[in-house]
Order: sequence, then structure tokens, then C-alpha cells
Amino acid sequence: MINKVVKNAQDALLGVENGMTFMLGGFGLCGIPENCISELVRLDVNNLTCISNNAGVDDFGLGLLLKKHQIKKMVSSYVGENEEFERQMLSGELDVELIPQGTLAERCRATGAGIPAFYTPAGYGTEVAEGKETREFNGKMYVLEHAFNPEFAFVKAWKGDTAGNLIFKGTARNFNPMMAMAGKITVAEVEELVEAGELDPNQIHTPGIFVQRIFQGKDYEKRIEQRTVTQKS
Amino acid sequence: MALSKQEIAQRIAQELQDKWYVNLGIGIPTLVANYIPKNIDVVFQSENGMLGMGPFPIEGEEDADLINAGKQTVTILKGGSLFDSAMSFAMIRGQHVQLTVLGAMEVSQNGDIANWKIPGKMVKGMGGAMDLVASAENIIVAMMHTDKTGESKLLKKCSLPLTGVNCVKKVVTNLAYLEIKNNAFYLIERAPGVSVEEIIAATEGTLIVEGEIPEMKF
Repeated sequence: MINKVVKNAQDALLGVENGMTFMLGGFGLCGIPENCISELVRLDVNNLTCISNNAGVDDFGLGLLLKKHQIKKMVSSYVGENEEFERQMLSGELDVELIPQGTLAERCRATGAGIPAFYTPAGYGTEVAEGKETREFNGKMYVLEHAFNPEFAFVKAWKGDTAGNLIFKGTARNFNPMMAMAGKITVAEVEELVEAGELDPNQIHTPGIFVQRIFQGKDYEKRIEQRTVTQKS
Repeated sequence: MALSKQEIAQRIAQELQDKWYVNLGIGIPTLVANYIPKNIDVVFQSENGMLGMGPFPIEGEEDADLINAGKQTVTILKGGSLFDSAMSFAMIRGQHVQLTVLGAMEVSQNGDIANWKIPGKMVKGMGGAMDLVASAENIIVAMMHTDKTGESKLLKKCSLPLTGVNCVKKVVTNLAYLEIKNNAFYLIERAPGVSVEEIIAATEGTLIVEGEIPEMKF
């Protein structure tokens, strides 16, 4: 049995350096690797390129790295909900590449799946396609999009085992499985870490082969961005 | 009377058909879920990885791990399923979703749509909108006919950065239900009490009015 367990976030992020490219799972604040982000703040690494669907909020998630000017470039599909981000982007301090969400997901998947590039219809005829190769298939136009090349991927799962197998919960799955496939080093933090054999192999979402380091996360805040409820009738 | 946002949603809901999978965008489109016709079953897809999206949870039962594309807490209905973002957009690009309803800042008479960016002002990103409009066969745009200053949002040519080209075929506004074909807006229905003349005046793009235009029915 290959054991992927490391003690904590500090050990999990060994080798992280200035100027690296990272993938970070999550949609909004749902399913983000909270412990890894805290450790990146503590390490104070900078000049980072971060690939993540969103950029957190002002005081949580990737917003914490933005506030400390650790990020040089963000690659995302949607970056509302973060004033500091907008300020840094409009002032030119922060380089931002906005790409369609499905293209982002597929580029992450392609990275881990050995596919250097693929054609997608998303963004054809828009500024997203500017400078990119386009091609017609069956009468419809498509844009060539490329895989990424991240040094680390940081993902968050609900449960994981010592062999690195992961199970996600609810919509906290989102980008985590594809990013787990894509990292040269993939770090998984989990709410509950169990011994290999305790998770049902039929239920595994991300096989342990994609995960190099796994640790039991702590102090999960799991903040809700928009608390919407139905009143009891 | 021009339609309220709820009434725009209500009119769009009349287009829903039994057994359809439907993706609703943020804003007016979200309201469509409140007006599903009786006796039909539709399933809502949330692009962040859920089929069978249900209403907001009862207070106290919110789950941070169960949100919709607008980051709001939601529930999942019986028969629902959860999946990752790549699979979600495989459903969308692969045309497994029968209807997409989304908002727009501008629509042009050739079916172009702009809804993600105002250069220098609002740069939030396109989210999943570009994937949706590039692939969906059946897109209904829910929008106001004019902006706050009274300028038409149904144009000959969009002025804002595009989200997609040649993709919108139906538009429901606070004034009218229109179809887009042959490089023009075709007036299909009027909002109750709104005259054809008012709609002509509020439409910058080419508007075709053929015969008597009926009022919407609710």
C-alpha cells in the first residue's frame, strides 16, 4: 500500500516557491482548500499564477492571497464578489485571464488526461477567441484551447484515505476532481481522513493515483456566500 | 402595462415542455422555476454540478456544500445527481440540456448576445454563459427591452463585448415576445396593454410586424 499521508498543511506544501503556477479547487467558497490557502498566506510566497474558477471574497478564500499581493495572475471564469480583486485588475496590478467556465474545466481535465489541446465552441466570435486557432467541424466553428501546466494542484475533499482516494460531497466537488488529475504534485486536504480499505471502492470519485499528498484538514469554516432560505410555512 | 420581472419569467415558463432538462441563469431566469406549468416534469441543471436542483432550504437546514451557480444555498430533489464541472459542461456542450434561459445586456438582430462585460466598468467574467450560448439549440433570453435611460437593448449590432454569436432565437422582454430570424426581430406577442407602436419605438434593431399581434396570455 502506498501511503500518501503527510502530517499537516506545512508538510503538504513543501517545495512551494515564488513564481509557481497553482490550481485551486472550489466554486465560489464551496469546496475550496481552506488549509492550503492559509498555508500559502503564511509562507508568503508571491508572484503566483492561480488557476481557480473564482477568486474568493475580500476576506476569505483566494481573497486572502490577493490582499497580500501574492498573486501576479489569476485564471478564472467569474470574479465578481471581490472588490479588492476588481481594484487590482482595473489598476493593472493584477493580470487576469477570464475564460469560459466549461473551457476552464476541460482545460484542467485535459492537463491531467494527456490531451495537449482540444476544440470547443465556447467563445467563438468573441474576444476570448482572439489570437486563437479556429476550425470548422460539420459546419460549426470551434476554438482551439490548450491544457495548463501547473506545478501544484490544491484540492479539498470530504473524505479521503491513506492511499489518496477521495470522495466529495454535494456541489463541493466542482473543479476538484479535474484539478486533482492535473497537478504535478496534487495536495488533497480532507475533512475526514481514514485508513485505506475503509472507503467503499465503488464510491471513490478521485482514485489515489492522482494524489501525491493527503492530510487531515482542520478548522473548516465552510463559509456560505449567499444564505438563501425558504420560510417554514 | 409592461411586464414585471416575475411576469417575464411566467411567460418564459409557458415554453417549458415535459421531460426537459433546463439551465436557468442568474436574475430573471431563476424566477422561471416558480412558474412551472402543472402536469409537466422538468429538471433543473446547475452548472456547478447538480441535476434536480430544488428550492432554497428551510431555515436552519442550509448546507455550505450544496449551492447553485449563484452561490445561493439550495436543495436537491429526489432523483437528482451530483457531478464535477467537466461533466456538467459535457452535458451543456453535448446538447443534453434542452433549454437555456439567460439574461442579457444587449441582443442583436442576428442573434448575437452580450452579457458579461462593460469595458472599464464591470468586468466580472462570463462564468458558464459562453459555453451555454455556444452549444444550446434552444436559448431564451430574458431581459428588459430598454435600459434605465430608455435606450433600446434590442439592436442592429451589439456595442458591448459579445458572449456568443448567432445563437439567440427567442427573446422575452417586459414589452414583447420576439423571435430572431432572417437578420431581424419578429414580433410574436405583446405584453398586455402595450401597443405595437410602443414596441417599435423601443426597438433599435429591425423589427418585423406581420398581421395582428396578439397579447400574451397568463
